[in-house]
Amino acid sequence: MTVTFDRSVLSDVTRDDASLRRFLHGLPGVDQVGAEARAASLATRSIKTTAKAWAIDTAIRMVDLTTLEGADTPGKVRSLCAKARRPDPDDPDVPSVAAVCVYPDLVEPAVAALAGSGVQIASVATAFPSGRAALATKLQDVRDAVAAGATEIDMVIDRGAFLAGRYLQVFDEIVATKAVCGPAHLKVILETGELATLDNTRRASWLSLLAGGDFIKTSTGKVSPAASPPVALVMLQAVRDFADLSGDLRGVKLAGGIRTSKEAVRYLVMVNEVAGEQWLTPDLFRFGASSLLNDLLLQRHKLATGNYDGPDYVTVE
Amino acid sequence: MNQPKFTYAPAPESRDIAHLKPSYQIFVDGEFRDGRGDAIKTINPADEAPLAEVSEADTTDVDDAVKAARKAADKWAALPGKDRGKYLFRIARAIQERGRELAVLESLDNGKPIRESRDVDIPTAAAHFFYYAGWADKLQHAGFGPDPKPVGVAGQVIPWNFPLLMAAWKIAPALACGNTVVLKPAETTPLTALVLAEIIAEEDVPKGVVNILAGGPDIGAAIVENDALDKIAFTGSTEVGKNIQRTLAGTGRRLSLELGGKAANIVFDDAPLDQAVEGIVNGIFFNQGQVCCAGSRLLVQESIEDELISALKRRLATLRVGDPLDKNTDVGAINSAAQLARIRELSDSGEAEGATRWSPACDLPDRGYWFAPTVFTGVSQANRIAREEIFGPVLSVLTFRTPDEAVEKANNTPYGLSAGVWTDKGSRILSIANRLRAGVVWANTFNRFDPTAPFGGYKESGFGREGGRQGLEAYLDV
Repeated sequence: MTVTFDRSVLSDVTRDDASLRRFLHGLPGVDQVGAEARAASLATRSIKTTAKAWAIDTAIRMVDLTTLEGADTPGKVRSLCAKARRPDPDDPDVPSVAAVCVYPDLVEPAVAALAGSGVQIASVATAFPSGRAALATKLQDVRDAVAAGATEIDMVIDRGAFLAGRYLQVFDEIVATKAVCGPAHLKVILETGELATLDNTRRASWLSLLAGGDFIKTSTGKVSPAASPPVALVMLQAVRDFADLSGDLRGVKLAGGIRTSKEAVRYLVMVNEVAGEQWLTPDLFRFGASSLLNDLLLQRHKLATGNYDGPDYVTVE
Repeated sequence: MNQPKFTYAPAPESRDIAHLKPSYQIFVDGEFRDGRGDAIKTINPADEAPLAEVSEADTTDVDDAVKAARKAADKWAALPGKDRGKYLFRIARAIQERGRELAVLESLDNGKPIRESRDVDIPTAAAHFFYYAGWADKLQHAGFGPDPKPVGVAGQVIPWNFPLLMAAWKIAPALACGNTVVLKPAETTPLTALVLAEIIAEEDVPKGVVNILAGGPDIGAAIVENDALDKIAFTGSTEVGKNIQRTLAGTGRRLSLELGGKAANIVFDDAPLDQAVEGIVNGIFFNQGQVCCAGSRLLVQESIEDELISALKRRLATLRVGDPLDKNTDVGAINSAAQLARIRELSDSGEAEGATRWSPACDLPDRGYWFAPTVFTGVSQANRIAREEIFGPVLSVLTFRTPDEAVEKANNTPYGLSAGVWTDKGSRILSIANRLRAGVVWANTFNRFDPTAPFGGYKESGFGREGGRQGLEAYLDV
């Protein structure tokens, strides 16, 4: 379908709270049973041999290697960056990951460690993970991260405002955040585990895309449930439909709870068959994860040599 | 077109798992033996290569089978229900244990994708035996009187679209109710029914309780005409069903028929669109559309037609057509040359009558019986493709403006097997479902089967119900 994009249509829907509400509630509903069945059916694809090798390398290139602990140290971040540049010290053919993802105060050591590598520096901001702070504080958080050298900002939406139906407030916050991002890409975390329904996931996705988010992201990783196949399905449909309407390609990042290569490969199948193969690039699809990379490396080695190494053969941070 | 980025490597299930034998025999009175008819070769519709030789029955074999079933009937009926149930539970478990073998064999003989035989046909067949095993000792609580009796001996003739599953639908309730049976699978797909006969023999079901005969339409006719059979159960075409009803008229012999369909899948403008697209795909491309309850007529509300059809076409472009044994195949082979010819003929008529034909780009194999998923838009209610059962992967799209028009068009068919309603409005689901003349109405889903749910038709789609408590009635003397 080629729909000629009329930007005034989309700017009209964000004119005031009532218009935005009408638009979001006018989106087609999501039947949860059907969405779950479709996600489960895609998970039965059998990805073997050459297809698996391609998928594993592609997944590695899509990882946002993440550490978001109170106990993080500059040393841990440097070690993470070394792994991000060269995930397998014994095998230079293994591609670098897409980005490292840290708290704003640890952007500086990451910038130093990743200089010249092409690996992006993502920083969570806006009072991550709860988002419960004054807007001015959240924006300052973003400015600090960008000033320190972050090239990607992972913001959280105000779920309280969203669930209370104050959509325009959420929209305005995203717009304001985008404005202080400067050149940095903005990923908007919906925290779908707190949005509860797939209808809400669809509305929050569209809201974030309308507000200018470059990526929509499932979760902070601090709330369970995090990324799930039905949620990923609905978000991939949102970027696909948004692209149909506007011509703009926006990305999806799944975060939280994705630990195995098998899950990652299944998500790539979903990206391929739901959004389309254009999205099979780190520019438009990411996995936010910490332990996933090690499993991808183990499976990659297994596929290449036929032997499965134990967990002692990959590095831990 | 450029090479796709993510090319799924072939992931074929091994055909060795099917344990194909060079030849298969009929099963009469607890024994496997050669039939007195011709030996025929059953072929793989995906490549036309012969799979095995099947010894077919002749009419004297039918007489033998009916006599064996008659001889076994009294003792089987007198067996306590819980003991009949034990046999059915054993058969159910054995189907599960040999599930992979049966799935591969079914895909080889029928042409359906392994994903479907593995995830739908075989598990649902086992579930059907489990379900009716549970009823065997509870018949007095089924609502058919304090001590319902079996009908006696049943002749059962089944089609080629779900070979093992249809055998399960027929045999399980009949045995649970204390009947004995003579079953004939379709000529193009006899193998899984004959493996089911092996299971029945291995589980020590008393001889003569189940008899399975391979054969063509003449053997089906011999079963129908055999007046020693108390009941005939038939699943197949409406044309044959009408002949059977003529034959049985006035004989006092019982009959249940599950025949053709031309189901309407009705999509309202407030439907969950992405799921509706999945339901349309599942409705008409499941089992290559060779499903009597297939959603072969899409009735879409005019205001969302363009949006829905473009979403549907985008989805169809991702369907993988090809080797039925590949685990990533979505659409397999058409079952026979005759069926392929019918699908082609009706599709050509669609074009000739002015509808617009569309198929996604897909490479069909050179050998075998293949037909690309096809969508006709601009179809009128008067076109043959909107009225006749195609029994293939061909969708006819019609539009409506008002709920009344949707109901009127949906019901404007001699058939009445199934229908689908897609809307986010619960009250509309109920009001539309009440007005649809169809035995099964799915709401926001399609082609879902469960042994607890009765299935059957209105009008020329047949009568009698299979599945659920209601499915017992066809095999009880009530």
